[in-house]
Amino acid sequence: MSRAVTPARKTINTVLAWTVALILFFPILWTVLTSFKPEPVAVASPPVFLNFDWTLKNYYDVERQRDYFDYFLNSVIISLGSTVLGLVLAVPAAWSMAFVPGRRTKDLLMWMLSTKMMPAVGVLVPIYLIFRTLGLLDSRIGLTVVLMLINLPIIVWMLYTYFREIPGEILEAARMDGATLSSEIIYVLTPMALPGIASTFLLNVILAWNEAFWTINLTVTDAAPLTKFIAGFSSPQGLFYAKLSAASTMAIAPILVLGWFSQRQLVRGLTFGAVK
Amino acid sequence: MNTLTRALMGATALCALGIAASAQEATTLTIATVNNGDMVRMQGLTDAFTEQHPDIELEWVTLEENVLRQNVTTDIATSGGQYDVITIGTYEVPIWGKQGWLVPLNDLPAEYDVDDILPPIRAGLSVDDTLFAVPFYGESSFVMYRKDLAEAAGVTIPDQPTWDDIKAAAAAMNDPDNGIYGICLRGKAGWGENTAFITTMANSYGARWFDENWQPQFDSPEWKATITDYLDLMTNYGPPGASSNGFNENLTLFQQGKCGMWIDATVAGSFVTDPNNSTVADQVGFALGPDSGQGKRANWLWAWSLAIPSSSDAPDAAKQFVAWATSKEYTELVAENEGWANVPPGTRTSLYENQEYLAAAPFAQMTIDSINAADPNSPTVQPVPYTGVQFVAIPEFQGIGTAVGQEFSAALAGEKTVDEALAAAQELAVQEMTTAGYIQ
Repeated sequence: MSRAVTPARKTINTVLAWTVALILFFPILWTVLTSFKPEPVAVASPPVFLNFDWTLKNYYDVERQRDYFDYFLNSVIISLGSTVLGLVLAVPAAWSMAFVPGRRTKDLLMWMLSTKMMPAVGVLVPIYLIFRTLGLLDSRIGLTVVLMLINLPIIVWMLYTYFREIPGEILEAARMDGATLSSEIIYVLTPMALPGIASTFLLNVILAWNEAFWTINLTVTDAAPLTKFIAGFSSPQGLFYAKLSAASTMAIAPILVLGWFSQRQLVRGLTFGAVK
Repeated sequence: MNTLTRALMGATALCALGIAASAQEATTLTIATVNNGDMVRMQGLTDAFTEQHPDIELEWVTLEENVLRQNVTTDIATSGGQYDVITIGTYEVPIWGKQGWLVPLNDLPAEYDVDDILPPIRAGLSVDDTLFAVPFYGESSFVMYRKDLAEAAGVTIPDQPTWDDIKAAAAAMNDPDNGIYGICLRGKAGWGENTAFITTMANSYGARWFDENWQPQFDSPEWKATITDYLDLMTNYGPPGASSNGFNENLTLFQQGKCGMWIDATVAGSFVTDPNNSTVADQVGFALGPDSGQGKRANWLWAWSLAIPSSSDAPDAAKQFVAWATSKEYTELVAENEGWANVPPGTRTSLYENQEYLAAAPFAQMTIDSINAADPNSPTVQPVPYTGVQFVAIPEFQGIGTAVGQEFSAALAGEKTVDEALAAAQELAVQEMTTAGYIQ
């Protein structure tokens, strides 16, 4: 039996939800607003909310100083590339862990996650040296591989959780009908787990898009993505907040739009398996 | 035509293309810079360089100061060779030069006229008389004040003020009811923020960071006098929330007419007198950093400079570029395109003998006098084992300087007393210096 929800409680819940959502969204809203302000207004005290001379000058200045599209393209290639590569490796891995677990499967999952517990800067110099030796510094391929490795534990964990919800009997039935291992994974498992795979894909694109440590440290110009684009607009002397906000807005806009359109999928995927 | 013939023809064409490409192959210089007005302007004017040097291509990486430092240190320490020219300050040059991370620049061509570089700046960029970087622009710090407010309050600020003059003027001009504060000073924590300013103030009060045996000196009466006066000035005559004000915040306050005085970088001279951004552009007077009669003034020395990392694979082309970007010829190029007021200041003696520049920049004379009053090799009244005016040129200083700055910022915010802040600063400095092996 479900609990009765009184209209008063419903109103309180709605107000509460909107308040929390606004608090969470406020930094982004403030960044977007600041990007349309003249520089002195951006640092005015008390802060100015809406009543200022709206201007596009910051966007013009940002684009004039640096070519946005080059950075954007690198971001797209690196985030999509690393996620697709990660899925190719993680789907079979998660399949084996979910459907043919061994004695050490749980330990293996834990161990994979432990690589996320180390601060990234701790391995900066070794990775930098490896990249230098392999000629991968400032290359899209190198960065794609690094981001894939960083996000792989999360991809495997998410897929593992989704796969566990799928009855093993269905896969058995496919096997009885003579399906090989690869066709079992490609034609039976993948279509059934598609919502889960889709949300894993989206979440990891977002994570890779926003990854700032490795993308800033391992690139110079050729492979530099939008994180590096933003990092150049802070200034030691002179006002910069409005231009920095414009650069940030340009950097987050594509991923924000992607998130907006796929939010239903994302929420469904993230809460998948929550009710057990 | 059979397949073999086609393949051979294709291969020949490819070889020809390859040869043609390698004959024209240009050296690409990757230049890392910080994002400030003068650097952005330089990026816009480099056509003049590439026209003279068609075999050199330039690629720019603009980064936030701390990100730049981290990127470049990782690259140099691992000989990554990603950067050919880097923008660094007077803090890094002596440290990195000593480490052998930078290419010596003693062999610049005669027409570069290295003797024209201002002596204090050149000293700050050299280790044992070897030049490791060339200055792109240099700065000291000085007093900027509102002539109209001073006149209305009946005070005069001499060209060479003492701290007593500053205190009297701050008290006279302070009018918080009308949104005007007697003095604006840095309060935001950071080795390049409040620590820089307070260190110069301490120098003029006879205090020092370390004695000749590297023993921290925050327990000295000179430091107590410095911090007591700094807090008195800021609590009585400073703007509210000053503990989060850095260069940019104070610049805005001053430009909006909210500060009677502001002691900060000489480079701000061109910002506060720019009628497009400053509401008080025609009312600004300048004076040297204050002293307390002990022979040292409160003014720092800094130069954003171009250096070549030893890991660069094109040091010769890089040398041509750094020589061009810091030459007299470049100064004239900026003057021609953007006017004399916009040329990078504080690097060459000849600029301060140029009447056109002196006429265009009302702060020029005070800037050069301030730079010449700073001595990185003898920054304080008492002898010290370090170089650097508003910093101590040792690798550990970034950490210690920021931690000490946080103590002073907390005192300014009213969270600590002067004694508590200084005791905490002393304790953490002793601990860090012991860990780093300077003291037992």
